[in-house]
Amino acid sequence: MSETTANEKLGPGASGKGRQAAPVDLLYGETETELRSAVRGLLEDRAGWRDVLARTETGHTYDDKLWHTLAAEVGCAGLLIPESLGGAGASFREVAVVAEELGRFVAPVPFLGSAVLATTALWASGDTTLLPDLASGAVTAALAIPFAAGTRHRPVPTVRLDVPRPGDERGEYRLTGTISGVADALPADVLLVPADSVPYALYAVRVSEPGVGKRPLVSLDMTRQLCEVRLDQARGTQVAVGQAAEQAVAAALLAGAGILASEQLGLAERCLDETVAYVKERHQFARPIGGFQAIKHRLADLWVAVTQARAAARYAAGWLAAGFGPETTLAVALAKATCSDTALKAAQEMIQLHGGIGFTWEHPAHLYLKRAKADSLALGTADAHRASLDVLADLPAPQ
Amino acid sequence: MAVTADDLRAQVADFLAAHDPQGTERQEFLNARFDAGLAWVHYPAGLGGQGLPRSLQSVVDRAFEAAGAPTNHPERNGIGLGMAAPTILAHGSAEQKDRWLRPLWTGEEVWCQLFSEPGAGSDLAGLSTRAVRDGDEWIVNGQKVWTSSAHMARRALLVARTDPDQPKHQGLTYFALDMRQPGVEVRPLRQITGEAEFNEVFLTDARVADADRIGGVGEGWQVSMATLMNERVSIGGGAMPREGGMIASAARTWREHPELRTPGLHDSLLRLWADAEVARLAGIRLRQQLAAGQPGPDGSAAKLVFARLNQEISEFEVELAGTDGLLYDDWTLRRPEGANFFGRNPGFRFLRAKGNSIEGGTSEILRNIIAERVLGLPKEARADTGPWKDLPR
Repeated sequence: MSETTANEKLGPGASGKGRQAAPVDLLYGETETELRSAVRGLLEDRAGWRDVLARTETGHTYDDKLWHTLAAEVGCAGLLIPESLGGAGASFREVAVVAEELGRFVAPVPFLGSAVLATTALWASGDTTLLPDLASGAVTAALAIPFAAGTRHRPVPTVRLDVPRPGDERGEYRLTGTISGVADALPADVLLVPADSVPYALYAVRVSEPGVGKRPLVSLDMTRQLCEVRLDQARGTQVAVGQAAEQAVAAALLAGAGILASEQLGLAERCLDETVAYVKERHQFARPIGGFQAIKHRLADLWVAVTQARAAARYAAGWLAAGFGPETTLAVALAKATCSDTALKAAQEMIQLHGGIGFTWEHPAHLYLKRAKADSLALGTADAHRASLDVLADLPAPQ
Repeated sequence: MAVTADDLRAQVADFLAAHDPQGTERQEFLNARFDAGLAWVHYPAGLGGQGLPRSLQSVVDRAFEAAGAPTNHPERNGIGLGMAAPTILAHGSAEQKDRWLRPLWTGEEVWCQLFSEPGAGSDLAGLSTRAVRDGDEWIVNGQKVWTSSAHMARRALLVARTDPDQPKHQGLTYFALDMRQPGVEVRPLRQITGEAEFNEVFLTDARVADADRIGGVGEGWQVSMATLMNERVSIGGGAMPREGGMIASAARTWREHPELRTPGLHDSLLRLWADAEVARLAGIRLRQQLAAGQPGPDGSAAKLVFARLNQEISEFEVELAGTDGLLYDDWTLRRPEGANFFGRNPGFRFLRAKGNSIEGGTSEILRNIIAERVLGLPKEARADTGPWKDLPR
């Protein structure tokens, strides 16, 4: 049931418009600005840093209620899903704005895993069965791939197709294996699992099935806690097979990396804003420390870096919205490389320029540093994305 | 009724019918074009323009170019067209506009800028060139530096101190100085590249008529700011295609010479290429903001990034060149008409780019400006608030 009109916009087969990019609108439109303000209002209310910090020390690190509001009431879960399937029929441009806001708050919700990675994989696979439930927020899904997977080569699956059991129906498969370091899988109802068989295929597994286990991992970033997924003859249905499965996973990883760049942009802006506010207030030597050039110049440089990151992130969001051609791949590589470095730099400057207080548990800076570092490793490091320019920009490596 | 591009093309056609672009003497042709309001259409009527949007200028320029008409060689009078003209328009008297703008635009009179001094670089307002009133004239003594085009210029924008008893920003006055007089001596200032784009200008009892003062006595700082705003608009790069800047020759050498590639250089090149492309996208975003009527402060980032990238890319290029990087194309004292990175070897670009973080506002001053005006951080504690004559120098 992939008869919707937006297919060309999202499917991985959709072609880009060639190397010399047509002008992409790098500004924020009116709809995007309205969406931002709705999301920010909700997060200011419900995702203050003290609550976010406190939640990381509980046994349940994702905020299910906040996610439900965001997904179902604000409609963020279905942004990429066409209206005919119950979604908002929006584009990656709007998705990117939501990611910016979630980055600003290091909000513990599975937006990236469910509304971006899993949704893109399903849509690109052509199997839209699950999409209405994802759009309504009734179901949360995750793509069961290590978060550190890069966009250039899909990870080698660690799950294999197992022998069927007596009584299994046609179209049902049994999966066995372990995938470690999966993001946003803890709150997921459905896991999309790539499995090595002949051929490679993507399966949907309901976590309520027997034989599905999720072991939470003590993660660097506890606002997006990873887990290990264990499948022991778990029952699943096939979503895509062969090339369609490969394309679905590739599209999801590309979209994920591009949107993660916007999350990094939002995080960097927040770190800059907080630090600028702090150095105006903090007095030493009978002056606000923000009056010292040693501090002003670092913050000016950070502000410059953020202007560059914003251009790169908007370019990637604009090209993702236009299709999945070569220019999109280049735009995502540029954005993820640039924004990874900028977010990390911003979080590090936040800690240094806050001085001692920034090094304590009772200040949000460490939440931003941990998220920034984890994001920089996720879905391809800055180094891996720059390395992909050897082909994308024709700058070949030494022989 | 609004004037359209078609109207302008028709005006140019009528003008060309009356003034044969091949048969008319060059200066006469340009004077007539100015008088017809077809010089710079965004200037007011009577001053070479028609008060139209600036965007329509390209229509007129293209029509004249297509007819093979003589040009005013704008590349020879960058300071005049880019900085002097807007300053005169904003702060000059009606008589001054009538007298100066026509020969400025036609290129008959090249202008230069006498601002920086050996003792007043970033701290321009601390300058010490003195102008002393003498009847209807002022007598000027001092030394200026970093003056491009001074050896070709007929007139100069001059800022001089007229009242040393005032605090430094208040004792300055702005003039248009005639460069062709005995009290003005121009010496080439040789740069680290070997060439001399710039000059030192020594003013010894030089004279300037009070009628050539721009703005009031003591208002020189405000007028100077108008000039410098135009300078920062012109530095920082316009629209260009991918690989349109300094990265172009580095990428070309990389592609054409596989034998020069090493893993370390590869990593550097990928970083520089990505940064240059992102800087280009940021420039596109900046123009989109301006076009949408949302001018933001992002422009002040552009020059900082441009300076850093030019330096890093040119440094990379010399390293990549290996043995050729040890060579230089020409150390003789050249007198180029403007800064141009291309047509010279990587060593030249490496050296010339060192000026990018100094000229037109150092990177350090730009960081202060961003910190104070964009981020709202407190200003430096000032030690220079008293009368100028009492300040330590």
